[in-house]
Amino acid sequence: MKSAVIVFPGSNCDRDCATSLARVTGVQSVFVWHAETMLPEGLDLVILPGGFAYGDYLRSGAMAAKSPIMAAVRAHAAEGRLVAGICNGFQVLTECGLLPGALMRNSTMRYVCKDTPLAIANPDTAFTRAYGAAAETVMPVGNGDGRYVADDETLDRLEQEGRVVFRYLDNPNGSANDIAGIVNDAGNVIGLMPHPDRCADPALGRTGGVAFFRSVLEASG
Amino acid sequence: MTHPHLAPATEAQALEFGLSAEEWRLVLEKLGRTPNVTELGIFSVMWSEHCSYKSSRVHLAKLPTKAPHVIFGPGENAGAIHIGPGADGEPLACIFKMESHNHPSYIEPYQGAATGVGGIMRDVFTMGARPVALFNALRFGDPAHPKTRRLVDGVVRGIGGYGNCVGVPTLGGETNFHPGYNGNILVNAMCVGIARADRIFTSAAKGAGNPVVYVGAKTGRDGIHGATMASAEFGDDTEESRPTVQVGDPFLEKLLIEACLELMESDAIIGIQDMGAAGLTSSSVEMASKGGAGIELWIDAIPAREEGMTPYEFMLSESQERMLMTLKPGREPEAQRIFEKWGLDAATIGVTTTTDRLVLKWHGETVCDLPLGPLADEAPKYERPFVKPTAKVSGPQTIHGVPFADALVKLMTCPDMASKRWIWEQYDRDVMADTVAASGAADAAIVRIHGTERALAVSCDVTPRYVEADPYEGGKQAVAECWRNLTAVGATPLAITDNLNFGSPQRPEIMGQIVAAIEGMAEACRALDFPVVSGNVSLYNETNGAAIPPTPAIGGVGLLEDMSARAGFSGMAEGDVLILIGETTGALGATLYLRELHGREDGAPPAVDLALEKRHGDLVRGLIRDGFAKVVHDLSDGGLGCAAAELALVNDIGVYLEPRRGVHPDAWLWSETQARYLIAVPAAEAEFIYTAADEAGVTAEPVGIVGGCEIAFGADAMDLAALRAAWEGWLPGYMAQVA
Repeated sequence: MKSAVIVFPGSNCDRDCATSLARVTGVQSVFVWHAETMLPEGLDLVILPGGFAYGDYLRSGAMAAKSPIMAAVRAHAAEGRLVAGICNGFQVLTECGLLPGALMRNSTMRYVCKDTPLAIANPDTAFTRAYGAAAETVMPVGNGDGRYVADDETLDRLEQEGRVVFRYLDNPNGSANDIAGIVNDAGNVIGLMPHPDRCADPALGRTGGVAFFRSVLEASG
Repeated sequence: MTHPHLAPATEAQALEFGLSAEEWRLVLEKLGRTPNVTELGIFSVMWSEHCSYKSSRVHLAKLPTKAPHVIFGPGENAGAIHIGPGADGEPLACIFKMESHNHPSYIEPYQGAATGVGGIMRDVFTMGARPVALFNALRFGDPAHPKTRRLVDGVVRGIGGYGNCVGVPTLGGETNFHPGYNGNILVNAMCVGIARADRIFTSAAKGAGNPVVYVGAKTGRDGIHGATMASAEFGDDTEESRPTVQVGDPFLEKLLIEACLELMESDAIIGIQDMGAAGLTSSSVEMASKGGAGIELWIDAIPAREEGMTPYEFMLSESQERMLMTLKPGREPEAQRIFEKWGLDAATIGVTTTTDRLVLKWHGETVCDLPLGPLADEAPKYERPFVKPTAKVSGPQTIHGVPFADALVKLMTCPDMASKRWIWEQYDRDVMADTVAASGAADAAIVRIHGTERALAVSCDVTPRYVEADPYEGGKQAVAECWRNLTAVGATPLAITDNLNFGSPQRPEIMGQIVAAIEGMAEACRALDFPVVSGNVSLYNETNGAAIPPTPAIGGVGLLEDMSARAGFSGMAEGDVLILIGETTGALGATLYLRELHGREDGAPPAVDLALEKRHGDLVRGLIRDGFAKVVHDLSDGGLGCAAAELALVNDIGVYLEPRRGVHPDAWLWSETQARYLIAVPAAEAEFIYTAADEAGVTAEPVGIVGGCEIAFGADAMDLAALRAAWEGWLPGYMAQVA
């Protein structure tokens, strides 16, 4: 598998994503600067990491969605290859239209960082197959704009098509339908607010994200 | 016509700028002429308490600052210590410091706290370190005071808003409430970073003819005279000082960190300094005087946020997120490429000289020409008169006992002890993916050294009520408790940073507190091999003549050579034995119990026996390293009763505490006798602990057992779930109330 992590100037989980992927799968990622217009050849996976891409003083992810590298990310997604947007990456994916809906200010109006129990709402995706029979997992969230919203029609479609991948069991931010993560209609682009990159290391006592990265490796063949 | 900022200054202006009449005369004498207003402004900020430490320097010199592992002690932007090899065998240093942002945080809590975090991070990455953890020690006024809720809200949002965005985890700290802080809250922020030990940068701008390069935010009119404001007492018109508070931009800080660390990979930089208090003035004077050079700055070249700014405003602005550096000649393009990559404004704004003077050029004219000596090394240094504080003596002789459950609930839900989850859940504690233990999981936070199996432990401590009762013993205790907290996770304590928060040094009784606290700290640092490598002094924390409780906050760093051999709060199981390390004297003077249950703040604080502290600590650390103790909690506020309750709450399992024959139950439960630890071990392993303690000449005895769903003492009990609801509920409940 070949992987790249996109680095915006305000990304702060770029190293975490690369480290966790490598720890679980042995795959080293290439870091791609936001100002580039091309991705390396033959990539299987592009990760849009957490952080505050351009400071996010405008809507979170709004400016990143227009950054030079995103055209290449779109093309990569259109070829059916994998894209994972984690936290700020999820915000970027909704802003650039690769995923529906939007991430709004948390209902508490406060940043929240805590471990959240999650239901694996669809165990049969490129990002969840390695969870096997496990119905639940735990991952930490860390966000201020993590409340997923979409119009009723979109929510209905996501639900009917099984595109809700992770669901909060103890909703920390007021997300519609307790949605923590969704995929696009082709199933190759995921956005999620919880951080698998922060829970993929047994030495730190949290392992809820290990199967996420293992799934990606398996899906990449 | 001469601009008013270039006109000759007057004594009235000197007084307005915070200098004394005597200091004004000293300026005239050193200069041999009357300075213009810009020059006076530069003198006044350099001679402010905040920049010159003029009241504390004489006494700070009493603190031990050396040890084989110390690379840089006080005097640099932050302290630096050796911490062994990194992932690729490269030598690493831990660089850390704590600094106050008290005055601005009271005036404008969000920006005051946010820029406090930003400022302390710059002190650390200026030296070439990547920040890896943030901490904060916060003191607020009485919860019932009308301003407290808004201040808590703003400070917490500010700390989170800044650290979360930059992407450095905020891993711990402490939060206290006391009416003594009603008029002056304390916001002390600490940053810990990791650098290559062979690639540490300092501010010294050695050599002449080198370009002085400015990078980061453009300079605006914000924060002018901030350092002066931070060196004055508050009165009734404090809120009018709001324009002196700076505004932070964490995204820009993130860009600065990455750009500076990238440039530091090369050898282009000679000296580098952030622009903090007193902005460009302090940074340029610091760089030139430490480098033994002179410096000439071209005001017209400084990136400006608005038009029409004067040299006075440029030099005194405290606009945030700015760095100053001198480069080797000809290396500017290389630096420029990196700054452009990160989208940063940069400019060459001057040159180093051989004149030992600070010269400012504006519109082709020399508008300031000052000798560096009087601004820096020759700044006033005072041996202010002080009275030796009278330590409070023995505590109450008789007390009315309080039923166990009543006392436990009252203590665990008092503002100082109640769960601070509401605060720390607003801080990103997981970014960088090396957090081993954050707030509430152990006595010290633990952060892995990236790519290794080793870790740093960090703790922030002081018990202001002890320092108030006896500044010397209280100073000792703050250092000892920090050492104990690091020990309780299994770390070897290495060094501390201190943040000395006091009232006005011009009052002999306050000066007496400062002197005694420093001397007490010094004794503990020497006895525990725990040198001071950096620090900050914040004086004039008083309003209308009322000073804060003396608060010398200590931030300590320790090292875990193998992070798998560590201890924390969790892992306690049914049937475990609770073992108390150390004897209990039963004294109740200056305890939380006395304050919360009896409304009294009298009595002597618990005595600190440093030899005992060391013996007990060395035993506990050894037990943790050898894998015999996994669940360890030091005894501090609220004594045995509260320590046991905290372990029960974290593990969600009950405990039974055995009454002690011949000891008053309240003294047994709530005394804050020092040098004690509570350990939970499986019953089969208890004997080993007793033997090890016996061999070390340390008292270790069973005090309770683990199990059930209550916290019980003799026949008295409290339901754990009910206690949790009250303990977790206080702060969110308080913050949800409408003021």
